[in-house]
Order: sequence, then C-alpha cells, then structure tokens
Amino acid sequence: MAVIAETKTVTETKQRQTYFVKAMQEAIAAAMREDPNVVVLGEDVERSVIGATRGLLDEFGPERLRNTPISEQAFVGAAIGAAAAGMRPVVDMMIGAFFYVSMDQLASQAAKLPYMSGGQIHLPITYFTATGPSGGGAAQHSENLHPMLMNVAGLKIVMPSTPYDAKGLMYSAIKDPNPVVYLQDHVLGGTKGPVPREIYSIPIGVADVKRPGADVTVVAIGATVPKALNSAAELEDDGISVEVVDPRTIVPLDIDTILESVERTGRLVVVDNARITGSAASEIAASVCERGFDLLKTAPVRVAWPDTPVPFSAPLERRVVVQQEDITSAVRTVVRR
Amino acid sequence: MTTPAPSTPTATEQLTMLRLMARIRHFEQKLAELFKRGELPGFVHLYLGEEAVAVGACTALRDGDKITSTHRGHGHLIAKGATVNRMMAELFGRADGYCRGKGGSMHIVSFDLGIMGTNGIVGGGIPIGTGAAWGDKYLGRDSVTVVFFGDGASNQGVFFESMNLAAIWKLPVIFVCENNGYSEWTPTERLTAGKIHERGMPMGIPGALVDGNDVEAVFGAVSQAAQRARAGEGPSLIEAVTYRWHGHNEGEEVFAGEYRPQEEQDHWRSREPVAPYARTLIDRGVLTADEWETLDREESDAVDGAVEFARASPFPDADEALMHVFTEV
Repeated sequence: MAVIAETKTVTETKQRQTYFVKAMQEAIAAAMREDPNVVVLGEDVERSVIGATRGLLDEFGPERLRNTPISEQAFVGAAIGAAAAGMRPVVDMMIGAFFYVSMDQLASQAAKLPYMSGGQIHLPITYFTATGPSGGGAAQHSENLHPMLMNVAGLKIVMPSTPYDAKGLMYSAIKDPNPVVYLQDHVLGGTKGPVPREIYSIPIGVADVKRPGADVTVVAIGATVPKALNSAAELEDDGISVEVVDPRTIVPLDIDTILESVERTGRLVVVDNARITGSAASEIAASVCERGFDLLKTAPVRVAWPDTPVPFSAPLERRVVVQQEDITSAVRTVVRR
Repeated sequence: MTTPAPSTPTATEQLTMLRLMARIRHFEQKLAELFKRGELPGFVHLYLGEEAVAVGACTALRDGDKITSTHRGHGHLIAKGATVNRMMAELFGRADGYCRGKGGSMHIVSFDLGIMGTNGIVGGGIPIGTGAAWGDKYLGRDSVTVVFFGDGASNQGVFFESMNLAAIWKLPVIFVCENNGYSEWTPTERLTAGKIHERGMPMGIPGALVDGNDVEAVFGAVSQAAQRARAGEGPSLIEAVTYRWHGHNEGEEVFAGEYRPQEEQDHWRSREPVAPYARTLIDRGVLTADEWETLDREESDAVDGAVEFARASPFPDADEALMHVFTEV
C-alpha cells in the first residue's frame, strides 16, 4: 500500500527538488521494481527523448524496456493483447500527436474492449506522452488530445502540473486496472519542484486546490497551472484574491471540488491548454453552469486557444497559446461584472 | 498402427472437426433465416462456406492458446469452444450472452476460452493478438495465438507493422489470412498486389498457401506453425483460400446488387467443405453414414435450441449500459 501524501504538507516541508520528467521516471522505476510484469515499450525508450525512461535500461534490461519499431498502431495494440494476457504495459508515445496514428487501437480497441466484453477483459495500460506547445513544435508536435480523448469513454486521462503530482499520478496510472492516458505537458518536463524520494500515489480523479482564494475560481489544466498561479500572484497586488484549482485528472473529473470552490468565490474562469471548441474548459464550464448555476454571480469565462493549429513562428505561437495575461484579463473581466 | 505425425489429425480430432463444421454451418444458416425475418439486430457477417478454416486452425490449438477474430467471426468462436446458446443470446442482445448484450456479433469475447474477441474494425485484432503472444512469451507460457484476418485486412498497414514486430521479437503468433475473394464488395485481386502468403517472406516469416476448404490441410499448416511457434522460432503466415457464400453482410442486396458471377458461386458451392469431409470420414471408417446423419441432426437441433435459449433469455437491465466503462479499482 502506497503512502498518499497531500501536496500542501509536502510543499511546506523542506523537500528534495527534482525535475518533472525525473519524477515520472522514479514512479515508473518503482512500479517496475515492485512488479516484474510492468514493462515499458515505445520508440527509443532506452535513450528516452523526453527523459521519462532514461537510465532505466541498466537496471531493467532490454526485455523490460523495449524499443519498438516506429509502428504506433502495432505497439499501442500490442499493449492491449499483452495487458489482457496478464502484463502491465507502460507505453511511451513520445509526442502527443503520434496518438493520431494509432487512433483505432486507442479509441476503438483499448478504450472499448473491457466494455464490449461485458467486463471480462481488464486492460492495465499506461499510455504516456509529451504533449502541448513547446516553442516551435508547430502544428504536428503541439497537439493536446485530452479534449478529444475525454469523449472516447473508457480512457482515464491524467494531466499533472507539478513534479510532485507527476510522480504520484504516474504511479497510480500504472497501478490502475484501466487504460490511462498520461499527458505530460512539454513545457513542464524541465520544471523543478519538491518530490519525496519515496514512492507515493495520488488518487486518479481528485483535484487539488493549488492556491486558496476568495474572489474568483480559476480552474487551470496542465501547463496553464503555473501561468494561473503567476496571474493570481499578480492580481493579489490589485486586491483580487484568486483560487487556483488544478483538476489533475480530466477523466474522471472531480467536479465536486470545482463546485465547492465556486461556492466560495461565485466566479469562474476555466483555462485550457487546447483549442476552445469542445475543450475540457467547455465541459467544466458547462458542468458548473448545469450543477451550480445559483452559485455563480456572473457567467463563467473560458480561456483557451483559438480554433487554429499551433503555428511555428514564435510570435504566431504566442498569439495562439494561452498566456498569463490572457488569464489575468479574464479574471479582471469576471470580477468587474 | 503408427503414431500420426503432429500435422495429421487423429480420428477423434477428425470427428471433432466434422462436428464443429456442421455446428457452424447450422448456426450461420439459422442466422441468415433469422435476419431475413427481422429477428436479428445490427450487422451480421456470415461464415458460410469458410467453416474449414476456423475449425482446422482451432483444432490444431491447445487449451490456453488464444485467438483474435474478425467481423466474420462466429465460426472462429464456435471452433474455439464457444457455446451456441451463449453466442445466440449475445446476438439477440440478451443477458445470457457472452458479453451480456454489450458486444453483439462483432464483439463477442470469451476470455476464459482464449477468445480475445471478434472485431468490428478490419485488421483491428492483428496487433492485439500479436501483443497477446508477446505477453504469453514474456510470462513464460507455452501458448500460441492465432490471429485470424481477411484478405481485406491484409491491406491494412497494421498487418505489416504487426508482422514486423512479431518477427523481430520472435513471437509465438500465427497469422491466418482467410482469403474469401472479396474485400467487402470488391474482388480482392483488384485491390491487392502480389500474393498475400508471401507478404511476410521479406521479414523472414514463412508463408504457406493452403486450400481453405480442406479442413485437414488447414489443420496441418496451423499445427506446423504452432510447433514452430512453441519451439521459439517465431511467427508464421498462412493464407487459406476459401469463398464467402453470402455477401459481405446480410441484407446487402438492397444496395449491393449482383457483383459475384454465378459460375464462380456455383464452383465454390461444389467445393463446399462440410459434406465432402463427412464422406471422406465415412470412407475411412471413422464414422458411419447413419452416425453422420445423427451428428448433423444433433447440431441442427442444438442450434434450434440455442434460438429458444436466446429468445427465453431476458434483456439485461437497461442500467447495465452504464457498467464496465471502467474496471473498478
């Protein structure tokens, strides 16, 4: 049984600081040590471009750290068969948009087989990947798939925003009996934060209030969480108290924690690192309106990308991707109303 | 009396194969009838005429071996041990079906029997079966997986990807292509370059071309491939040439029209796999003509019984629709 620690108690104490991808790697390594049936596969997992499996080859060898051909359909699908046979595969998809190549296996097979079989088949698979804009990644290396995948049914989706959450959620994802898509926002990979050396789990489906506040609830996802926190700090100088809620998990979504926050503040801004149409922000805003309309003093505001691909050139990318000032401006709007 | 070589079925296996083929034949004929009467919902793809492929392949397997199947999968399931009662109940969407009505014809799973599922996506089961073989190998089991797929699926990229993966990892998987001549409504030869059984050869995967209407030929080829797989020598590809008596799906006549020459259909009906095999076994003295008649009637009655079983089975509670999206932690 793993220790479930709370973020706040950890950040308050002096902790070892480490990188986001290193935190992911520690969770993968811990799960591999505990269970010989945990096996990592994907393109170049031995070297690990992004870093989440770097250094594991020496300890676990090539049988458990398997470089696959560049055949996304084959290895996303092979993980399904292997999981059904009794393994616990951890699949590195490297870059989020590569999931599109394997969409049948992810959406029609992994997500649906347990359901279609009437619960006969369990698929403990973790599909992790680096997603989102990274500065010049351009349209095919900057996608965030959580809005699309949250509509598939059968995939849990986690999207941590801190190294601490990255470790605990990775460990939970690997232990989960379901296919879990673990999205590591590109730009967070090199961020540092307090992470205990020992292993711990963070339950999937539990949001975290990253900063308490009284006037506005800002729900932020993935890489927009640090931007929302910076925005909150900026607004504090103007006497606006912002509460930042990080869902951490998109499916299942902890809407109760969000509603409790809105009950305190009466105002809602939802920030998503994805195109606005059909975004997680849209879903969260709709759910709050539906279930907590009377809690709201004014209409919620969504902050997300315009409905365009992510462009290459820096000023163009900046124009599309959510910036701290977009969040600040949205908060001022809902407070003024 | 000499011990039969592994690729020759014993008398017991011969009888089993005849019975299973008769069972599939009656099951599928019944489905055609039920569909015409409007009693079967959804899409139904029949296996009539192809019985020898599933039966020859699955009889060559052991308990613990696995299969992945296709949209035309009823034959594979029956051959791997699925009961006609629970299959029929699933096709009727009833609570006693293998998946309690969640799957239907294209998604029947019986995990305990090693049936990883029929599949509604052409080629969808290929990497899954490949992965199951990897899992079994990794877990130290002495089992093999047969991946059934059609000639249409042989043009899916994931077929090549999966063969490559199976070859480099030396996986105990047998790719069995049922070439029934048509990819949906188009003759496969118009859509397919080269020979399907040769497609694994550049990867070092041996390919065999067998008469898919000869159940013992299929049995022999799969037995040899299984032996190779269990010996750690890796995957094999078998192309079994057969013919689909019915259309791609039942009810297609409303849009598809006539697209298969009558002579072609007559030719393949004259080469049908079941009755000639019964005559062969009678000639060999494996069973008598009377015993064949009894066996055939038993299977026909069993299918009638399955229809009664399915009709009597309750529909699942509607709220079961919300179950099994996720496995509870």
